[in-house]
Amino acid sequence: MKDQQSQPRDLDGNPVTPGLPMAMLAEVTHRCPLACPYCSNPVELTRANAELTADDWGRVFRQAADLGVLQVHISGGEPGARRDLAQIVARARDAGLYVNLITSGIGITRERLEELDRAGVDHVQLSLQGIRPDMADRISGHPGSWDKKMGFAEWVRDIGFPLTINAVVHRQNLERLPDMIALAETLGARRIEVATVQFHGWADLNRKALMPTREQAAFARAVVNDARIRLRGRMVIDYVPADHHAVFPKACMGGWGSTGLNVAPDGTVLPCHAAQTIAWMRFENVRDRDLGEIWRDSDSFNAFRGTAWMPEPCQSCDRKTVDFGGCRCQAMALAGDARATDPVCSLSPLHAQVVARAESDAGADTADLIYRRMRKGD
Amino acid sequence: MTAQPASITPAPLILPDDIPYLPRGVRLADDRVRGIRVLQAPERAMQLDAIGDAILGELDGQRSMSAIVSGLAARYNAPEDQIAGDVRDFLTGLIERRMVFVRTP
Repeated sequence: MKDQQSQPRDLDGNPVTPGLPMAMLAEVTHRCPLACPYCSNPVELTRANAELTADDWGRVFRQAADLGVLQVHISGGEPGARRDLAQIVARARDAGLYVNLITSGIGITRERLEELDRAGVDHVQLSLQGIRPDMADRISGHPGSWDKKMGFAEWVRDIGFPLTINAVVHRQNLERLPDMIALAETLGARRIEVATVQFHGWADLNRKALMPTREQAAFARAVVNDARIRLRGRMVIDYVPADHHAVFPKACMGGWGSTGLNVAPDGTVLPCHAAQTIAWMRFENVRDRDLGEIWRDSDSFNAFRGTAWMPEPCQSCDRKTVDFGGCRCQAMALAGDARATDPVCSLSPLHAQVVARAESDAGADTADLIYRRMRKGD
Repeated sequence: MTAQPASITPAPLILPDDIPYLPRGVRLADDRVRGIRVLQAPERAMQLDAIGDAILGELDGQRSMSAIVSGLAARYNAPEDQIAGDVRDFLTGLIERRMVFVRTP
């Protein structure tokens, strides 16, 4: 008989109760033909030879389904950089998962897209970096990307996949948001996700070139509200606002270790895609341990579960079960302490400082970008 | 009851003769771990109660909303008016989320 499982505890030793995750992000590779300067991958990218195999992913998907995961988001990098992507997709469907494919559309031919259809992709999410060739190609650092994406969107439509357009917005393209929404309509998208750049990792290196202004954040809100009314029943608009201009922080991941998990290309299991920016935290790997055990028992997932770990002003705040103190990675980046109240919260003692820095970055007179690349020799 | 100004009364998204259906990428499924029924859709899994499951189980891409309502009213021995309201409200929410599509006859 197995030993009785020990009681999961947060980083202060308070008992916590792990729930069941709904969704898993599977970052099957960090390789990508694009070089977007706000990429959500870590600054230290994983090489191809360290990636999990399709069989490894099959095992992870079965463990995820046993754990309660219903949907997998297959992403990267560019998942199309994996030649065995269709096998990975088929294994996810075999495990009973709903498969969302999150792609740049670059490097997947029509033939391969048809193969992915047969393998069981349920839904395609296509990223756009701008609404014209000049902007799209400059932001993605990939000449010709725009034309390839438009061709890809046509194939998606021909095959009949449901399509979501993923539009990342920032200071250099926010003025074109109405055109971006119109383009998504033209492409026959059911949904558009308008996500303001989150300033972690690569994006943090590009704060001065990408930070939206307060006026832009207000403009985006108004555009989204109008479009939601106009497009009711035709296209859904999901919107991630610029949280540096918000009153309260976003409920990152719906609470740490609460409803989602992320498996990196080498099998490292993360509570969110930016979690490795918390340098002191140790993460476990599906090569060493069952995914369900990692979810329930690992120090990393249990660290910030529940509310007992929260310092003031979160601890006595009635929003603590609404936004869960905000984003731990942002607390790490801006306060130097992953336990701190997310400094974008207006109740944080650091808030004035954070806003001043955001305003200063938003007013910076530069459009120069640091592109996401693997280091030489990688 | 006070009538709302026309400008803020949203147009109905489904009429009795319309045929509602689950489009590609949206499907009913068993959640074996939680022991519930769910509607799987792009980037979203929605928990269904018994009523929602019963309504969506009727969507065959052939029958109109009014035919579905009559069927459910007979099956559950309930007044058709009440079922019609429940079905319309439930489907309207899903049409707004693009999880149910509608074909006009």
